[in-house]
Amino acid sequence: MLQVKDAVVRYGAITALHGISFEVQQGEIVTLLGANGAGKTTTLRMLSGLHAPSGGQILFEGQDVTLTKAHQFSALGISHVPEGRRIFPQMTVEENLEMGAFVRSGGFGDDIEKMYSIFPILKDRRKQMGANLSGGEQQMLAIARALMARPRLLLLDEPSMGLAPMIVETIFKIIGDIRAEGTTVFLVEQNAAQALRLADRGYVMENGRIVFTDTAKNLLHDERVRAVYLGESVEGS
Amino acid sequence: MRRVWDNPLVRRLMASMAIAVVVAVVTGPPGSSEKPSAGLSGSFAEKSSFFGLFQTRRFVVFVAFALLFWGAWSLWLAWGEMVKFRSTKLLRRPRAVTERRSIRWSAAIVLIVIGFLLPTFVHDPFWQTVMVEQIAIYVLLALGLNVVVGFAGLLDLGFVAFYAIGAYATAWVTGALPTPAPFGGPINPFFAIPIAIVMVMLAGIILGAPTLRLRGDYLAIVTLGFGEIIAIFANNLYGITGGATGTNQIPHFSIHLGPVKYLWGLAPVPYYYLALGFVVLFLVVFSLLEHSRVGRAWTAIREDEVAAESIGINPLKYKVMAFSIGAASSGFAGVMTAAQTNFVSPTSFGLLFSINILVLVIFGGMGSIKGVLIGAIAIQTMSMYLIHTPPAGYQPPDLYIYLGALLVVMMIFRPAGLFPSRRRKREIGLAEAGEGHMDEVLTGDVP
Repeated sequence: MLQVKDAVVRYGAITALHGISFEVQQGEIVTLLGANGAGKTTTLRMLSGLHAPSGGQILFEGQDVTLTKAHQFSALGISHVPEGRRIFPQMTVEENLEMGAFVRSGGFGDDIEKMYSIFPILKDRRKQMGANLSGGEQQMLAIARALMARPRLLLLDEPSMGLAPMIVETIFKIIGDIRAEGTTVFLVEQNAAQALRLADRGYVMENGRIVFTDTAKNLLHDERVRAVYLGESVEGS
Repeated sequence: MRRVWDNPLVRRLMASMAIAVVVAVVTGPPGSSEKPSAGLSGSFAEKSSFFGLFQTRRFVVFVAFALLFWGAWSLWLAWGEMVKFRSTKLLRRPRAVTERRSIRWSAAIVLIVIGFLLPTFVHDPFWQTVMVEQIAIYVLLALGLNVVVGFAGLLDLGFVAFYAIGAYATAWVTGALPTPAPFGGPINPFFAIPIAIVMVMLAGIILGAPTLRLRGDYLAIVTLGFGEIIAIFANNLYGITGGATGTNQIPHFSIHLGPVKYLWGLAPVPYYYLALGFVVLFLVVFSLLEHSRVGRAWTAIREDEVAAESIGINPLKYKVMAFSIGAASSGFAGVMTAAQTNFVSPTSFGLLFSINILVLVIFGGMGSIKGVLIGAIAIQTMSMYLIHTPPAGYQPPDLYIYLGALLVVMMIFRPAGLFPSRRRKREIGLAEAGEGHMDEVLTGDVP
């Protein structure tokens, strides 16, 4: 579904991504792991058109989207949930959801009801301002807003950031449900244990390179991953 | 001594007094080379009328003003929150009534009827002229700038450029400029209206497309530059625009359609009706836009540009649209001015003019059409009243001191404007609570 080939991203003289390649198959949850500064967010910024790659190629459903602009992605079927949630603070929950369907024509009342059934808390808060929601509610709203465009691929940037473990649990469960409904998910996470339990496959980044990849199950038991990302000391390594 | 100074009441009193002294000196008589100190001493000692009640010296008046201001300021700090809270509670029901659709429509119709009948009450030629040249024109300009600043959140300091382009376009197509008129000869300014509006909308796109990639402060500086460039072009392109003297050959509006013949002459009232019609037209168009898909895209961009992009809004496209649509009403204002005064010259289109319109928008309430309308009418009426019946010692440049003072007071008591739009009020409330900065609210660059 999504293929990235040798993508290079530079910020001025600094190269942030040294030619990374990966792919996401239809119906998968793929996670990208890495420490701070490894290039995870840069990768997502590149995928969502906020920062154009200076080399390589990105294909979505066979179509070249390397130089597609950020605002064109949502019409193509890729929705991006940006880092830090970025909901509209002075719009109500409902208005935020309506804005999510901006690129679609026709009615979207059913979609809003559907979002309320996935995220019941948003229904209780429907008339409240985005700014007055808690962090977890804002994250749910950000995901729901992205889903309003009916994407085939959902890009999530650090959905667990700054949230209490119980909320993270809920959100990850919902991400699983979203995939079950047929939306492919590409997940960038620092919380490696959670992400790997949910995902099918994972890629591990270091210093702007993808250092290895495997199924999530294998990665969860991989000594290198356990040592670095799961915070467990591995004897004898 | 230190204790006394620490008392906020005393500090506010001192601040009020200091402001009064500055205002007294600045608005006072000028000195001369023989008696340079006359400006200073005269500012305080000159005879003046105490609110028209009795004769006294200037300093008494200003001390009285300072005390009044100090009192209002202190009272507001002490009781303001409570007053706001109580009045919100008290006004909840009346507000619910005024928000009903039928009530709002009838209010709008009543206002239009009042506007229509106004010239029958106002006979003074001074005020009749003011209604056209100073109120209707400024309302049109403020409504246009409100689309740019209030709806899309783009701080434009060169808005006068569109007004100038509208006026010069009229001069051009009516054959008043050294450049020959297009469309095979001079045409009536009445038909210049659509031409000028299309031209300023195009100018909005041409000026907007390169500049609107910038954000916040950078955009403000670049628009300021563009405003100046237009004025300098008008001044220096002698062979095209008539240079510094401009032109005074622009004909009045007239209609010759079969049996219908009408000529707008020197009398202001016919111009007033024409302007009123267009004010109503732009009011309707802009309010419809505010609640349309385009209006929602503007709100989204103003609140969070990255988020707006992520849901598929092209920020550049909608910003350019705001520039272009906002320019339309000022283009018409340009035609009106040109045809009514028969005259354009570059000196009318300075930076101060842009600032003046911005003040109307900020005073009325950015993003609120009702607020901007009332703000523009109120400020322009007050300024013209000062010119019509000046207080003792009043000189025309003093106006800006009073306007500045008014804005300072506004920013203390009603930072979101006289009749703020609800959303804007909340945005400014957020900024005051430390989420984002005031200037980001103004420029729409909230992170």
